[in-house]
Amino acid sequence: MPLYLMPLIPFLGFLILITFGGRVFKGSSGGWIGSLAVLGAFVVAISNYMGLERPIHEQYFAWLPYLDNGKDLKVGFYLDQVSSIMTLVITGIGFLIHVFSIGYMQDDPRYTRFFAFLNFFVALMLILVLGDSYPLMFVGWEGVGTASFLLIGFWYNKRDYANAARKAFIMNRIGDLGFMLGMFLLYKNFGTLVIPDLAEKVEGITAIMPALELVGLFLLLGAAGKSGQLPLTTWLPDAMAGPTPVSALIHAATMVTAGVYLIARSYFLYEKAPMAHEWVAWVGALTALYGALSAINQYDIKKILAYSTVSQIGYMILAVGVGAYWAGMFHLVTHAFFKALLFLTAGSVIHGCHHEQDVRQMGGLAKKMPITHAVGLIGWLSIAGIPIFSGFFSKDAILTSAYEHNIWMYAIGLFVALLTAFYMTRWYVLVFRGQYRGHAHPHESGPIMTFPLIALAALSTLGGFIGLPHIFGTNQLSHYLEAALPIEESHISASLEWTLIAVAVATSVLGIFIAFMLYRQRRIERIGGIENASVQALYLNTLYDNLFSAPSRALAKGLDAMDRGVEGGLEATAKVSTEPGGWLTHLQNGYVRAYASLMLVGTAALLLYLAIRVLGGMQ
Amino acid sequence: MDAVTPYLILSGILFSMGLIGALTRRTAILVFLSVELMLNAANLALVAFAQAWGDLIAQSAVFIVMTLAAAEVAIGLAIIVTIFRKRVSTNVDTLAELKG
Repeated sequence: MPLYLMPLIPFLGFLILITFGGRVFKGSSGGWIGSLAVLGAFVVAISNYMGLERPIHEQYFAWLPYLDNGKDLKVGFYLDQVSSIMTLVITGIGFLIHVFSIGYMQDDPRYTRFFAFLNFFVALMLILVLGDSYPLMFVGWEGVGTASFLLIGFWYNKRDYANAARKAFIMNRIGDLGFMLGMFLLYKNFGTLVIPDLAEKVEGITAIMPALELVGLFLLLGAAGKSGQLPLTTWLPDAMAGPTPVSALIHAATMVTAGVYLIARSYFLYEKAPMAHEWVAWVGALTALYGALSAINQYDIKKILAYSTVSQIGYMILAVGVGAYWAGMFHLVTHAFFKALLFLTAGSVIHGCHHEQDVRQMGGLAKKMPITHAVGLIGWLSIAGIPIFSGFFSKDAILTSAYEHNIWMYAIGLFVALLTAFYMTRWYVLVFRGQYRGHAHPHESGPIMTFPLIALAALSTLGGFIGLPHIFGTNQLSHYLEAALPIEESHISASLEWTLIAVAVATSVLGIFIAFMLYRQRRIERIGGIENASVQALYLNTLYDNLFSAPSRALAKGLDAMDRGVEGGLEATAKVSTEPGGWLTHLQNGYVRAYASLMLVGTAALLLYLAIRVLGGMQ
Repeated sequence: MDAVTPYLILSGILFSMGLIGALTRRTAILVFLSVELMLNAANLALVAFAQAWGDLIAQSAVFIVMTLAAAEVAIGLAIIVTIFRKRVSTNVDTLAELKG
């Protein structure tokens, strides 16, 4: 099936839903239409995945005239193994989350509009992934930013939520600037922005090109903006203001991984830009650490997952930064499975506890919500890195690559793995174990919500087997991606690999053990010492507030004072003319006799004047 | 003292009486009468000048003034009657609604 059908179907879904809205589509029909549109896109994605050997490159119509070195830049889609995997993740997980939303958003007055936005997001995300040139990717890039803004601020009548939406948009703009500058530099140096052409040209270069390093850094800034990496990370935790399915779809599984995809897609640039490439790895490693440290002491069930997402995307960026592109893509896929699962579990819990999001008001839900508990358990084990669950394999692949690249990055990665196991165990224990601490009456969610949960749980359990370490057998994923990405042969021996796996498992188990020891006895308070730093997410928000917001507020205040000065001056001027005017109004007293007297005076004055002139003239 | 001066003096006296009446009287009808008196004083002066200078233009001006005065009386009296019907008084000092 032609590629353009893939974004077209959800886009049509968006148009239909936004045009007719809830007045035409009663009940949950709008939700079903939205879900079917994404299912349609999923079918197209599968049909194109099947038997994909050589990249498919379709070009449709002229878009930007003469941009491409005398030729028109055409709107075209490009499907290779990397984008194929992305389309499967977006449409597959997107479909499950749409179905979940049918139940979750049930009572919302803007139900149909929610699905219109979701479909819009899926369509634009597919354009981002399929675009064959950077400008077309950028269209999707901006489009998903818009969808993210609309959905974070979906409940815009709450002031905080609307602010979170604006924050996301503004921080993304900073990243977008990097993306654009990168594009400009590429065009100036190579005269084309079509990715396959560009790859060919860049690969032909033998000399060192400093411009490429700069392009690499600019694209990294773009990726950091979209993926919530340092230093542009603070919008992502705030983005949890949106409805939970949005957090699962956009701010965990798909959109925020666009940065990882951008770097994997531009691998040919980074291969020639070793310094920028090293920066990518460090940004990833430090963000992974930042996210994990911030997650430790949060109380909001979604905030914990949000910081965890920041941290896990840091892992992916670390992977593509050390050149293990396939490991980055691997973790992207498994993370999409288990993080979507965890967010939807959180959604189910929030739904069941009547919109309670504070984990202190939860606990003991294992008995009250058995299905949600079971899938949450799988999600927890998966992200904590317990073998056979998918997160273990992808995290191990990243750690192994990091070990080969730089021992310090490996050490950070391992520490993050410990923290991850710790805070996710805390999450699990506080939500599901012990006694119920809240005041609502938790109930299990309906089948429309549990079905996607079970499907995602199955994927989270089995998803890891597509990328087994080579001591266990063939690595299907790296084999598949070989055609589209450079795959480096691993140089480490089997015994070392066994050791690394053992260390990783031991770390995870240690993290889980510590958390169980700390939280098993109904302990809910925060850990001392690092308490405030972690709650405040290492004061990054405060730092930005002091660095950027406070000075601009001060400037605004100064300008306001100036404005008031000018305004006061103008008002004084106006008073100078209105005041005497006011005095003169007293002459208009309405008494005819007064007017007549004035007339007399005036006439007398005139006559006097004339008399003086005449008399003067006679002399 | 030439032939015109007595007429002018009479005219001046009549004009002053009219002016004082217009300024001091409160009843609209008397103000009106005073204004008519002033007009006629002016007419008298004009006629006297016409006689003195042997020029008929001033006399024709007098006719215009008399015509205007007649028209003015018609309208002015109608207004005063209307005001009286509305307010049972023609005191000009109470008619101050249109002040600024």
